[in-house]
Amino acid sequence: MTRTRMPGISRRSTLALMGAGTMSVAAPWVARAQAKTIKIGMPTILSGRVAQLGTSSRNAVMLEIEKVNAAGGLAGRQIEMVIRDSKGQPQEAARVARELVNTDGCELMIDAEASSGAFAVHEVARDLGVFCIHTNSETSALTADPKQHIPNAFRTARQGVHDSIVGGSYAAAIAKAKGLKKWATCSPDYAYGRDTTAEFTLYLKRFAPDVEIISESWPKLFQPDYTEVVTKILQAKPQALYSCLWGGDLTSYIDQANIYAMFGQMEVFAVNMADYTALTVVKNLPKGIHSGNRYIKTFPTTPENAAWGDAYKAKFNEYPTNWSWENATAIMLMAEAAKKANSADGKKIAEVLKGLTIKCPFGADGTVTMRGDDHTLVGYAIGWGTTIPQEPYVPEVKAGDWKTIFELEAEWKKSKGYT
Amino acid sequence: MDIDALAGCLSSSACLVTQTTSGLIIGMLLFLVAVGLTLIFGVLKVVNFSHGAFYMFGAYFAMTAYQLTGSFTLAMLAGATGTAILGLVFERVFMSRVYGADVLMQLLVCYAFVLIFDDVVRIIWGPEFKSMGMPSAFQVMPLFIAGGVVPPYYLLLIGVALLAAIVLGIGLSRSRIGKVIRAAAHNPGMVSALGINTGLIYGGVFALGGMLAGLAGALAAPVRSLTPGMGFSVLIESFIVTVIGGMGSILGALIGALLLGLIRSFGSLGFPLFTEGLMYLFMVIVLVSKPTGLFGKEAA
Repeated sequence: MTRTRMPGISRRSTLALMGAGTMSVAAPWVARAQAKTIKIGMPTILSGRVAQLGTSSRNAVMLEIEKVNAAGGLAGRQIEMVIRDSKGQPQEAARVARELVNTDGCELMIDAEASSGAFAVHEVARDLGVFCIHTNSETSALTADPKQHIPNAFRTARQGVHDSIVGGSYAAAIAKAKGLKKWATCSPDYAYGRDTTAEFTLYLKRFAPDVEIISESWPKLFQPDYTEVVTKILQAKPQALYSCLWGGDLTSYIDQANIYAMFGQMEVFAVNMADYTALTVVKNLPKGIHSGNRYIKTFPTTPENAAWGDAYKAKFNEYPTNWSWENATAIMLMAEAAKKANSADGKKIAEVLKGLTIKCPFGADGTVTMRGDDHTLVGYAIGWGTTIPQEPYVPEVKAGDWKTIFELEAEWKKSKGYT
Repeated sequence: MDIDALAGCLSSSACLVTQTTSGLIIGMLLFLVAVGLTLIFGVLKVVNFSHGAFYMFGAYFAMTAYQLTGSFTLAMLAGATGTAILGLVFERVFMSRVYGADVLMQLLVCYAFVLIFDDVVRIIWGPEFKSMGMPSAFQVMPLFIAGGVVPPYYLLLIGVALLAAIVLGIGLSRSRIGKVIRAAAHNPGMVSALGINTGLIYGGVFALGGMLAGLAGALAAPVRSLTPGMGFSVLIESFIVTVIGGMGSILGALIGALLLGLIRSFGSLGFPLFTEGLMYLFMVIVLVSKPTGLFGKEAA
């Protein structure tokens, strides 16, 4: 038998020596490659109840980065992603973001945090001036409020107010048809939950003025038990319920509301239901929950979207999520902007990115645009439909109309004093 | 603040039944976790900061057993016995080494294991949230008692937790083992001098505490999403329970947990924006008026 281990030296030392030898041979290549490499930092949530969404953000980014690197990189520089877990804590997200720039030398940033962390990372981007794309925060104020505006930050996430306009109009049509006048809401108690619920009810009442909100519940984010919330809603006896709970919170809520037979007693509108994360985890999914589209490979019904969903599933053995398409879009836009700018410099990318339209599998008409005046994504596929407990989960999605969205969004901005 | 809603509920039997059972459900699950915490503190004088991990492991063990066997009973047994064994090993291998150390050292060891246990769960079951799903036997319409809504599964949950409370109470006060445990809590040196293996008692108490938290996790698994770190929020509320009830008192844990459950349940109607605050406010009132908790004993 051949022995590679030298007498008197442990197996571990032998391996270390072999590793060092390999490194010394490979080092010049590594060094040369590193000179051309550009590091992109990415704080996201890789542990806790939202970890699956954070992981799906990372997967989508890596899927797209592979393509960009294979095509020559970002303006000729190979991309190296530095991805860190923020555990879903805003202070940790800000610390990680700062460390990625200051210590790890990241030149660009993908902020794949939920709204709770995104505002914290936004302040880091403001402070350090680093180019940053917020990929997951849907809180409208992040880009709509001019006080938040900085030239180096953009958003590729869907926006709460867009969802609310489409959702409000969809829900109002059903409310009128079925005579649903008494409504309750149940949403997580933080920026996204409060803003999105306010915006949804605003448009619901606008399209169906008879609607009255008779009960509001604000469970805290990641609350383990919703029993008292479920029973409170049952006591109020609403005809319909709106919720923007999401991820594990939504699945917990459904499990707990199910045993009170709540879904048979009212129409439920849960904007975040139609995401594979929630759809595949809930074991006893009630039929007929109304939901906005999150990511579903059958909407938009294009071969490009279906192919992207299948490619993701083939690589990661699970379906993409809402956060996946939002992150993939960020890389697609960044790569196209760098190509047009012929530079990987954040400032130059930011200049080109304003108003840039690209072909994209997630676009309502096959394209998406980074709107120039408020740095947020528009033109993405958006719609509502009802869920069924098996694939395709949302058989028919009623698409929202972007012309109406733009009109009402402009009014909303004015009413908020943003324009 | 919505006092009208609260007053309306208190004058309606349907609302009273629904909200009271809702409070009992929250309270009973909390009791199972808090009683282990208080038991371990009472006997071992250790504040087991890693106790929430047993709740988490109980839920994961139950989910895995349910997926493998399809049996709800086996799932509950797996949750309880799995965490009992884990508790015993944890106490014998790690905690027994820090009994003599100061509180800071004990807290650090426990906190280290909070992180280690979370990572172990992440490695074995993955970081994403999981759902065990409600067994088909309980996928039935809820019961309507005096107009109030009560899901059958929650009746089982309350029953099991109540049974555990009675067995524990009687076992500790009447049985020989219970008397030895109480004696060990009072004077471990004397118990040891009488030839009783105190190490075995300590390990047993830890296993019992772990088992109760594991049972709570197993019972919660069909209705709560499972995720690494899920034990932490339960632990915080369990600490509030033990502070209200009095550290070391089983009756105190029961009363404290039920009070907290009812505060959450009725508070969500009358003080929807201050439900969490109400729990802490109640704790502060108890601490100010009776610093040892409702059923805690004054230090000798």
